Amino acid sequence: MKLIQKGGIKVQPKTSFFKAMFAVVWKDLIAELRGKELISAMLVFALLVIFIFNFALELDPKTRSALTAGILWVTIIFAGNLGLNRSMAVEKDRGCLDGLLLAPVDRTAIYFGKSIANWIFMLIVAMIVLPIYSILYNTNIISPALLLVILLGSEGYVAIGTLLASMAVQARTRDILLPILLFPVILPVLIASVKASSGILSGFPFSDLQTWFNLLIVYDIIFTSVAFMVFDSVVEE
Amino acid sequence: MKKLTTLRILDIVTLVALLGATAMVFFYAPIERVMGAVQKVFYFHVASGWVGMLSFLFAAIAGILYLIKKTKIWDLVGVAAVEIGIIFIFITIVTGSIWARPIWNTWWTWDPRLTTATIMELVYIAYIMLRQGIDDPERRSRFGAVYAIVGFISVPLTFFSIRIFRTIHPVVIAGSDPSAVGTFDMIPSMFQTMMVSIVGFSILFIDLVWHRIRLGKLANQVEELKFNIQD
Repeated sequence: MKLIQKGGIKVQPKTSFFKAMFAVVWKDLIAELRGKELISAMLVFALLVIFIFNFALELDPKTRSALTAGILWVTIIFAGNLGLNRSMAVEKDRGCLDGLLLAPVDRTAIYFGKSIANWIFMLIVAMIVLPIYSILYNTNIISPALLLVILLGSEGYVAIGTLLASMAVQARTRDILLPILLFPVILPVLIASVKASSGILSGFPFSDLQTWFNLLIVYDIIFTSVAFMVFDSVVEE
Repeated sequence: MKKLTTLRILDIVTLVALLGATAMVFFYAPIERVMGAVQKVFYFHVASGWVGMLSFLFAAIAGILYLIKKTKIWDLVGVAAVEIGIIFIFITIVTGSIWARPIWNTWWTWDPRLTTATIMELVYIAYIMLRQGIDDPERRSRFGAVYAIVGFISVPLTFFSIRIFRTIHPVVIAGSDPSAVGTFDMIPSMFQTMMVSIVGFSILFIDLVWHRIRLGKLANQVEELKFNIQD
């Protein structure tokens, strides 16, 4: 890499934003591919949640149709919480976070990199949970509209989740802190996602659900930009 | 640190204002024809709800200012506002339940306002828990500021999301929904009582914030002194 002379000290030029962001995403994906810690834990947990729901709610076909959207989202949110906690805790424990922060890149690139990686993990889990749910209950719940809701809903979730997880791992009570911080704040996204999903599963036309999709997009934009603006103050030392 | 004379005067003003508001609620405001005496809960319910909202607004503004300026005072204002806000929103929820029991025939419904108020309460309890979990004071202030901002943005969105469904909470000020249960028209003496209550509670809020900031400063001094002794 070319070195620039700056006040007598040789410094490397700043890596471009997107390059840095994809480097972080790539690092997380490679680490996950080798360790398979995060996704396997999220997945097993998600399946357990579905099974617990099955026994806790006695999911006969009649009650199930009304509850599917809720069960799916609770599963995704709980599994996502597990993943978020773990993904930041790994960085913190092995001192990787300090290394990342020392890198001469824009810090928000690190935030977006971590968010995108978490988002991908959540989507992978959702992509496996959906067919399994369909098989277990012998109904096809997979549809493009539902996938879109999951895409939008989990984006809002990881946007705030990554920010709060990077705060929670720096606290003494970090294992219990993340869900307490995250769940009350993420409620608007959850409400819109559940409403849109249950509408889709009940077979409402897309135009009836337009409001919820619009709301989801608006919430995603709001949460992502807020997290983007304040992330610097969370990691500065 | 000596207690300022202005603060002393404010204490007395607060006391007088609250006594005045209480007297107006009991003796000046008429008894509502349909609901009876329980309607009088309304005056303090609205006033404490107002103060609670105001506190959380203060906390968010203090959070932004802290992140920009990094001065300790904004952190103290933020904590003060959140702690006071939690108490007042709690008062709002409890007084609301007392009123709802005879009027709606239930302590609680899943109405947008009730739900949002409780979620808001949980957000700020999470704020307190976040602060308690962090030992480094500078980091504690920074994270608190961030969470106060995030929470304050999320709460109206929550309200808006739930609002799309029908509500039964009465809207006494500006507009009324025919499906709301327990609505009433305010006559001037009721309106005056409500305004006096709101003003009284607002003065109480300023007084409490002031006291809490003073307490925070004293706590910081104690910490410094302890630190010096250890050296």
